[in-house]
Amino acid sequence: MNNLIEIDSLTFKRGERTIYDNISLQIKEGQTTAVMGPSGIGKTTLLKLIGGQLSPTSGDIKFRGESIPNMKRSRLFNVRRQMSMLFQSGALFTDMTVFDNIAFPIREHTNLSEEFIRTVVLMKLQAVGLRGAADLMPSELSGGMARRAALARSIALDPELIMYDEPFAGQDPISMGVLVKLIKQLNNALKLTSVVVTHDVKEVMSIADYVYILAEKKIIGSGTPEEIRQSDSALVQQFLKGQADGPVPFHYPAKEITAEFLGA
Amino acid sequence: MISRKTEIWVGLFVALAIAATLMLALNVASKGSVGQGETYSLFAKFDNIGGLKVRSSVKVGGVTIGRVESIELDPEDFTPVVKLSISQQYNLFPETSSVSILTSGLLGEQYIGFQPGFSIDGIENLKEGDYIADTKSALVLEDLIGQFLFSRDSE
Amino acid sequence: MEALAKLGRSTLDKFSALGRATFVLLGAVMSVPQLKNIPLTIKQIYVVGVQSLSIIIVSGLFIGMVMALQGYTILVDYGAEGSLGPMVALSLLRELGPVVTALLFAGRAGSALTAEIGLMKATEQLSSLEMMAVDPLRRIVAPRLWAGVISMPMLAIIFSAVGILGGHLVGVDWLGVDAGSYWSIMQSTVEWNEDVLNGFIKSIVFAFVVTWIAIFKGYDSIPTSEGISAATTQTVVYSSLAVLGLDFVLTAIMFGIE
Repeated sequence: MNNLIEIDSLTFKRGERTIYDNISLQIKEGQTTAVMGPSGIGKTTLLKLIGGQLSPTSGDIKFRGESIPNMKRSRLFNVRRQMSMLFQSGALFTDMTVFDNIAFPIREHTNLSEEFIRTVVLMKLQAVGLRGAADLMPSELSGGMARRAALARSIALDPELIMYDEPFAGQDPISMGVLVKLIKQLNNALKLTSVVVTHDVKEVMSIADYVYILAEKKIIGSGTPEEIRQSDSALVQQFLKGQADGPVPFHYPAKEITAEFLGA
Repeated sequence: MISRKTEIWVGLFVALAIAATLMLALNVASKGSVGQGETYSLFAKFDNIGGLKVRSSVKVGGVTIGRVESIELDPEDFTPVVKLSISQQYNLFPETSSVSILTSGLLGEQYIGFQPGFSIDGIENLKEGDYIADTKSALVLEDLIGQFLFSRDSE
Repeated sequence: MEALAKLGRSTLDKFSALGRATFVLLGAVMSVPQLKNIPLTIKQIYVVGVQSLSIIIVSGLFIGMVMALQGYTILVDYGAEGSLGPMVALSLLRELGPVVTALLFAGRAGSALTAEIGLMKATEQLSSLEMMAVDPLRRIVAPRLWAGVISMPMLAIIFSAVGILGGHLVGVDWLGVDAGSYWSIMQSTVEWNEDVLNGFIKSIVFAFVVTWIAIFKGYDSIPTSEGISAATTQTVVYSSLAVLGLDFVLTAIMFGIE
């Protein structure tokens, strides 16, 4: 199986702070790859790097063997038409109806007739179960529905790669179940390549083909969900089991408590 | 995707702006005919122009027919030469016409009063570049007072 | 030493902000014009222009009325109340029309533009456009910039016209200045090129600057509640200062040297 995306010894710094220190990973075509890790380690940043919205400090990111950071803007825009991203907030355009939101990328990039666009949009909405909500404004949707609408928009142009940014964060169990089912279905039906960035272990283990675990600026574990479960790394186990203390300390770095209170 | 209401409002907005522009053009700013349309130039020499300025108006019986284009000093006899630009639609003034510098009201600004002369056979009309021979200078208040005192002394 | 470093750092920050602002402006102005953008621009003219209309008309009316009232009490002492017309018209056309419109526009439409774009950034709508291979500079910024540049001069003209009518209302209808002299002395004094067009040019310049600042402040805002509220305040402060400063420069160029 081919690698759709290859990340090669990537280092990324934001100001003085290092977010990634020399990481490498591959995303295989047609597979669902999960990237897991604790909050605040810049998982969203990874997706933005793949999408070319940020440039790495060093290292390279390749899409079908073509280096994204070195692309010209016009070429990058062409490549982006084959990608799409589901943002954590959904990022629906608040001044348009759900229908227009989903029609938006089609109208921007094609010259199809309104009638045809209507058919396509309603089909996409049907796929996420929101055909009845076509005429609502995004503000009238619940969080889970907004994310489903955003999902419909991100598959509007039938991309090859979808990047999900925390798709399950802040969802109730039912919406979470719906989203897991949808992502699975869409991948199987459309033969999509997916990257799911998340910290919801249980859900993502059920849909991922391959898992990377990021922590402390590095990849600390990778493999199929089964291999990950068997991993003997303390860090991986702490993350999977959700233990409060372990290699990732409970306390934010501070001086010794005795020193703080006793002024020693 | 843009609603009919929006379109109508924007249309109304543009119409309002056009109406305002028209109002400024027709009612507020000086009409295009003077100083903007076709004009011809006349010259007049005065002994003293008083407070006359460039762009002061030239009037016949109160009707503005042109403006002062420039004011210069004749390098030979050191008298002010005023260049008037007169609207082309008033191009039939006879050579015997006279100009004087007048004041609108006691404190108002000064303008040129143009007095058309009699047209008899053999007298041509003023044309581009002509000098108007008959001119009366501005009244200068100090001179008037001086004259008044002088005439009283001599009594 | 510390103060020096601080000064240097803030200067560098200012320059880099100016650079980013230029980049945003160029990106918006240079973006390939598309037919699809025309409806977007019209929609924005509705938002920034039509919706500012009421405040512009009301302010214009009152400013014209106040000027007539103030002017009358001074002019009548010299028996020169006939000059009320040109006084009101010239102040409006040359100064108050463009300047007050720009200040009101910055407060009414500029702050809204900043907040809107800032919120789009905070809710990842701008990022999501980029990921859809749609340039937000073209899709979001350019229509708003053009709408501002088109709307504000129109608003300024409406402001001046309404102000002159307001002056007429107070001067002629209430205080008894002769209507004929109000209009005729105004006509003989106000010049189309000198006064009306110069005022119009001023308001185009102001429109450009105010809209640019508003858009850039939104685009460059820190996408948090504090960030957006700071950016909105900065839009109003910076554009007001820019308008007043530029007004002096433009006035000096246009009317200074005779």
